[in-house]
Parts: sequence; C-alpha cells; structure tokens
Amino acid sequence: MIWTIVTYIIYLLLSIGVFFTLLAGIGLLRFPDVYTRLHAGTKCTTFGSIFLIISVVILGLKTWYLGDNNGSILAIHSFIVLIAILYAPENSCIVYGQPKEGAVLVKVTSKKREEITNILEKMKRFRNTKIIGVM
Amino acid sequence: MMETEFFIILILLFFGIIMAAIRILKGPTAPDRVVGLDTVNTIVIVSMVIFGTISNEIIYIDVAIVYALLSFISTLFIAKYLEGDEL
Repeated sequence: MIWTIVTYIIYLLLSIGVFFTLLAGIGLLRFPDVYTRLHAGTKCTTFGSIFLIISVVILGLKTWYLGDNNGSILAIHSFIVLIAILYAPENSCIVYGQPKEGAVLVKVTSKKREEITNILEKMKRFRNTKIIGVM
Repeated sequence: MMETEFFIILILLFFGIIMAAIRILKGPTAPDRVVGLDTVNTIVIVSMVIFGTISNEIIYIDVAIVYALLSFISTLFIAKYLEGDEL
C-alpha cells in the first residue's frame, strides 16, 4: 500500500520536472530578447532538475529499504549532484544588461544584495501610493 | 525499478536539448548562444543522472558531478570574456 503511494509521488515529481524543463526549451525558442531568454533558460532548468533529482533520490531510498545495497549509493550520489546544481546559480555572475552599455557582469555579494533590497523597498513604497490622474 | 518510465523521461529531455540547440544555432548575438549552452549543460547533467538510474551504473552519476562543476566554470569564463575583461 505505502509503496504504491511512494511510486505515485515519484511519478508526480518526474512529471513536474519534465514539464518545467520542456518549458525552458520553449521559452528559449519563443522569447524575443536576451534577458527574457536568460530568465527562462536559467530558472526553469534549475527548478525542473531539482524535482527530477529528488525523484531519483526517493527511488534510491526505496530500493535501499527493500534490501538492495545499490540503492543507498544511488541516493547519496544523486544528492551530491543536487548540491552541485544548486551551488552553480548561488555563487554565479549574472549577465543582465543595461540600456546603453550592453551586457554587464554583476557579482553577487552581500553588499550588492543590500543595495537591491533597498531599491525593492523604495519600489514597494512607491507602489502603495495611489497615482491619481494617470488614467 | 522503473526503467520504462525513466526512458520516456529521457526521450522528453532530449526534445529540450534539441530546442536549446536550435537557439544556439540561430541566436543573433553571442549572449544568446551562452544562455543556450548553459541550458544544454543543465539538461545534460540531469539526463546523465537518469541514464545512470536506468542502466544501474553509479559511475555515470559521478561523471555528472564533475560535468556540473566544469560547465559552471566554463559559463563563468565566457561571461567574463563577453564583458571585455582580461581573463
């Protein structure tokens, strides 16, 4: 009974992962600009691969519990792949651009994160005020 | 084990690789090609893990770990080169 539920959970995770990975490919083909393509290609593949690898980890834990020692090796190695994929966007450089300068490299540090948080706070305050006379 | 389902997943991931490769061939500017290459790298890592699960060989998953780190470094260097710095 419980193994049926685990199998359906694995199917669910696999379908979510494949859906988002195919969405990344469609977004790369259909979006009009470099920055929107960057948005589609990076975020969707990271999100989809997390779900695909988590399903492989669950499959490995299941086979390990059912008495096969290869399952534990499968689960642990897939988990290390998950860490290696998650490590890449966190420490990476963003290739977003500015209007007159083209592609600009922004290194993600804690100071830069504070600056962007400040800008977002200002935008939130501006959004809460009602604009009269625009329409 | 569920070899058939994982094989179907592998074929669907192959279509994603094809779509990103079309963007690499068609891309008007260099950053387009870099983005397509990054997408191809991530999908190849995931399909290596799934192929290791199908064929029950753990060594493919180890190859995927090394490929993830190398592709990360290569994308970083291409981005730095496009900015115009010296490497």
